[in-house]
Amino acid sequence: MEQVEILVVGGGPAGMMASLSAVQSGANVTLLEREVKLGGQLIKQTHKFFGSYKEYAGVRGIEIAEKLTSLLKEQEDKGKISILTEAELVVFYHDQTLGYTYKGALRTLKTQKMIFTTGASERMLPFPGNDLPGVYAAGAIQTLMNVNGVLPGEKYLMVGAGNIGLIVSYQLLQAGAKVLGVVEAMPRIGGYLVHASKIRRMGVPIYTSHTILEAHGKDRVEEAVIIAVDNKYKPIPGTEKVIKVDVISLAVGLNPLGELLEQRGIKFCYIPELGGFVPWHDENLRTSHPDVYVAGDLAGIEEATTAMLQGELAGLVVAGELGYGNLEEQNKIGLVYQRLKEFRTGPKSEKTREGQLKLIDG
Amino acid sequence: MNDDKVIICRCEDLTLKELRELLKRGYTTFDEIKRLSRAGMGPCQGKTCKQLILNEIKKYTRLEIDKIPIRPTAVRPPSRPLIFNEILESENERNS
Repeated sequence: MEQVEILVVGGGPAGMMASLSAVQSGANVTLLEREVKLGGQLIKQTHKFFGSYKEYAGVRGIEIAEKLTSLLKEQEDKGKISILTEAELVVFYHDQTLGYTYKGALRTLKTQKMIFTTGASERMLPFPGNDLPGVYAAGAIQTLMNVNGVLPGEKYLMVGAGNIGLIVSYQLLQAGAKVLGVVEAMPRIGGYLVHASKIRRMGVPIYTSHTILEAHGKDRVEEAVIIAVDNKYKPIPGTEKVIKVDVISLAVGLNPLGELLEQRGIKFCYIPELGGFVPWHDENLRTSHPDVYVAGDLAGIEEATTAMLQGELAGLVVAGELGYGNLEEQNKIGLVYQRLKEFRTGPKSEKTREGQLKLIDG
Repeated sequence: MNDDKVIICRCEDLTLKELRELLKRGYTTFDEIKRLSRAGMGPCQGKTCKQLILNEIKKYTRLEIDKIPIRPTAVRPPSRPLIFNEILESENERNS
C-alpha cells in the first residue's frame, strides 16, 4: 500500500495553501482533488476579493486559483508534492488508511497526518414546487455559467441576499440574464453592501423580510410566488406577489461537508453560527482525532480569505508535528494567527466570533 | 401549504407530507425516519435532506437540533455510490 506523510483532501483555497505551507516547511504532501482542475470554488469566482493585500485583496478568485496552482506545480516538479486530480476520497478506514477512486479504481493509502479541506454543500429550501426543473442552488448556477459557459435560463429570482446571492445575481446580469428580484427573509441584507448597491443600480429590487412561498409550472418553473414575512419569519397572508421567472436560484447558506470525518467517528458540534454540524477543532485546527486537521468551510462557513489563512496554518502546524520546519516557519504560525484574528475583527465576522467561542466550549 | 408538493429528500422522493405523517406516528429520530422512508440513502447520502429533516423533527418535538438522537454510525462508507468495476480494479491492483 502507498504510504504518504501528509494527505490533503480537497484542492480549494484551504487545501492549496495547506499543501504549499507544508511543502515549504520541508514535508512531503499528497493532494487529492475531485475535480479536473485545482482551485475549488475559486475557479468560478470572477469577482475581486476584499480584505487584506497579503490575502490577495483586489485580485479575482480565478487568478488566485491560477497563481496557487502554478506555485504547487513548481513544487510538483521538485518532487515534493504529488497532485492527483479527479481523485475522490470515499472511505476513511480505521488506522490511517483511506480509500479513494482514481482512474477507474478504488485505491488505498496510509498516511501519517491528514488535512481535510472538503468545503461545503449548498442548502435546499422546502417549498411547494421545489423539485421542478429550474430550481437550482446558486453555486451550481455560478459553476454552469462561469466554468461551463451555460446559462440555465433567462429570467431569475434569487433567494438569499448574502454574498453568494448578491454576487451570483451580478454575474447573471453580466452574462446577459435578467434578475427580476432578490428575496431575503432577514430584515436586512446579509452580504457586503457594495455588492448589493451594484445590482440595485442595475435595477434589481431586493425584497428584505420576504421569502419564497411556492414555485409554479407545468414541466418546469414558470413563476415564483414571494411573500412578506413578519419578525418571526412567518408569512403574512395577502402580501403574495407573483414573479414570472424560469429559474429560482437558492442562496440560502452552506453546510460543512464532513461526511468522511463522520464515517471515522470524529467529534462534531452543532454550531449554527459556523454553518451547522462542524468537526470540533482546537485553535491549531486539530480535530478530536490527533492526526486529523481541518481548514476552510469544513471548519466553519466563512470566506476564501480565511480558508487560505486556515489552510496555511494547518499546513505549518502539521509539518511542525512531523519535525519539519525551522524556527522561521514556526514563527509564521503566530503571524497567521494574528492575520486570521485581524480579518475576523469586522462586523461581518460577528457570527464567526460567536461560533469560535462555542467551539471552545465543545 | 401544499405539503405533498414539497420534496424533502430528492434522491428518494420523500415529501414533507410523508415526513410529517411519520412524525405523527411517533418516529421522531433521524434513524427511524431513514429506515422507514429511505431518506438519506440515495446517491447524495443525505447532503440535502438531513438538515431539512432535523429542522422538521425540531419543530415537532421542540428538541434542539443537537439533542435529536443520531447514531454515531449513521454515516457509513463509501461516501458516494461506487461502480463495481472500481472495486474489482482495486482487487486486481492488490493481487498484481
